[in-house]
Amino acid sequence: MQKDIQNSNAPSGANGYSNTTATLALAKASFRSIMRSPSAVVFTLAFPLIFILVFGFLGGGGTHIDVGITPGSDVNNPVIGMMEKTGMIRLVKDKTKAEFDKLLEKGNVDAMIDVHRKVNAPAYSVNVVYTSASRDKGGILKSVLNNLFYDKTLKPSVAEIRESTITGREYKTIDFILPGQLGFSLLSTGVFGTAFVFLSLRQTLVIKRFFATPVKRSSIVIGEGIARIGFALIGALFIILLGHFFFGFTLIHGAVTVVNMLLLATLGVIVFMGFGFIISGIAKNESMIPPISNIVTLPQFLLSGTFFSIEAFPNWLQPISRALPLTYLNDAMRKVAFEGLGLWDVKFQIMILLIWGIGIYAVAVKVFKWE
Amino acid sequence: METPKAIISVKNLVKKYDDFVAVQGLSFDVYEHEIFGLLGPNGAGKTTTLEIIETLRDKTSGEITVDGFSVDKQAQEIKQIIGVQLQAAGYYPNLNLVELIELFAGLYGANIKPMEMLEKVNLQDKAKAKYKALSGGQKQRFSIATTLINQPKIIFLDEPTTGLDPQARRNLWDLITEIRNAGTTVVITTHYMDEAEQLCDRVAFVERGEIIALDTPDNLIDQLVNSGFERKKEVKKANLEDVFINLTGKEWRE
Ligand SMILES: Nc1ncnc2c1ncn2[C@@H]1O[C@H](COP(=O)(O)OP(=O)(O)OP(=O)(O)O)[C@@H](O)[C@H]1O
Ligand SMILES: [Mg+2]
Repeated sequence: MQKDIQNSNAPSGANGYSNTTATLALAKASFRSIMRSPSAVVFTLAFPLIFILVFGFLGGGGTHIDVGITPGSDVNNPVIGMMEKTGMIRLVKDKTKAEFDKLLEKGNVDAMIDVHRKVNAPAYSVNVVYTSASRDKGGILKSVLNNLFYDKTLKPSVAEIRESTITGREYKTIDFILPGQLGFSLLSTGVFGTAFVFLSLRQTLVIKRFFATPVKRSSIVIGEGIARIGFALIGALFIILLGHFFFGFTLIHGAVTVVNMLLLATLGVIVFMGFGFIISGIAKNESMIPPISNIVTLPQFLLSGTFFSIEAFPNWLQPISRALPLTYLNDAMRKVAFEGLGLWDVKFQIMILLIWGIGIYAVAVKVFKWE
Repeated sequence: METPKAIISVKNLVKKYDDFVAVQGLSFDVYEHEIFGLLGPNGAGKTTTLEIIETLRDKTSGEITVDGFSVDKQAQEIKQIIGVQLQAAGYYPNLNLVELIELFAGLYGANIKPMEMLEKVNLQDKAKAKYKALSGGQKQRFSIATTLINQPKIIFLDEPTTGLDPQARRNLWDLITEIRNAGTTVVITTHYMDEAEQLCDRVAFVERGEIIALDTPDNLIDQLVNSGFERKKEVKKANLEDVFINLTGKEWRE
């Protein structure tokens, strides 16, 4: 009792101090600061939006994939019918085997499809041949086909198919470009933003002044993290909604898909912020941040399937692409947005991101500097 | 007069930066409700000493208590009862003064009205200005406002008047005196001896990491005068600036 009275007399008693209040105060300050910083807004919003605009308009009605029907294939079956309804697959018929082989070799036809009714069964067997001349479109076709077969409307019984209406989805350029741009926006916000903020707070002795208050180091990191994640998510939401309403970006399950994408975005930013912590620790001054950050971001920008499907890369490059965290974020985003998968279905991609996260933060803890 | 109570007690403080001994065995007490000055040439170890008391730097050896709390074990408690103005510090970028005060209120867990804090240092007109856009004197006044947010028992001011014009300095003296009169103990460093003479109840002269004199400005001046010191130009017998020069020598410091 006696102790309580003394504490309440103290200006701010040890018992009254709240780490949460301090963390939130920092998050608020940091968020305000980010919103007023032109470079943050440019990196997070302007760049991705420019690319989306360019590809959105260039892409027009979307990509077309030319699929040849192998001579002798069954043509009056639901598989072919559904492919036609997607609106993006152009079927090429009535050519000889030799003609098709040439087209395939040149990439004028992106793939060949051969459908046969199975003997003694109501199901069909579908045989697809891709071409290395058109890997990226092949990749798109692959995901469209997966998508069709995943679709519950295509059951191996003809009677059942007739019952339901088939709604094929159009896989547009925006469906490929937007997740890639979103991923890159998250990468640059996480890396550049975090690196700049912590280096400049350290160098301008803002952190030193913080240390003269009772705030904990963890509050500083978490407060900054909350602000950055909040900002990145607002940017992501903006990009997704703009893409959806102006360029027809496909969100299969609507709001649920958006929420799933934002959850993936959160994971992505947290992982990428780790790079930022590392860079803020090893950079000696602000001018060193862009070059070091580019070492992290540029390869991922180019190789992680931001603009092209990584299937389009030469074989020797693909293992590199498949090692980068952004590849898995992009992949998961596309699967969630276009194929309508849930987070559990992209657990492999999430797991790779988590492994990256653990590795990055293990290094960050070692190289991060407070003063 | 009652015996003054020490609120800060420093015993045999030593600080080494690698091989270089910046502070060598400092001992002094700061009394409650006084304005205590740390004086001395550049590189004497004033900032080092202050920042160790503020729990911002580790000491090599020695013992320090602040209002009964030990700097080794109770840094968190100390931080809650002190206000700190650093010789060099920055403030969060892109925020205006009100927002900065709000931030510090959160960091200290203090419940204050930002505008009232700004009024204390006469910056209410600059409430929406960014820290960077303030003049030197306004920056110092703002820094002092941030030291008052948690209603501290002690504030530390490291060269608050450096670079200010005479009016701004006298302004700050009034502010600092007011803060002290409100019951706060003030520890201040300065290179202006007229300021120390005017403002400080007691001053310690630090030279190469050691205290070479500690007393009230009056006593120090009297001692010098009694030792036969005379000013060349007879206006007054001597002022504290003479004590400073006499104690620390005339040559330039690094
Ligand atoms: N981080 C550091 N690393 C190494 N040496 C340091 C460090 N900080 C201070 N010093 C050295 O310790 C000595 C005391 O420095 P300090 O900053 O305490 O001096 P000061 O009395 O505050 O000087 P001034 O009047 O110029 O502010 C100086 O010689 C300085 O070079
Ligand atoms: Mg100093």
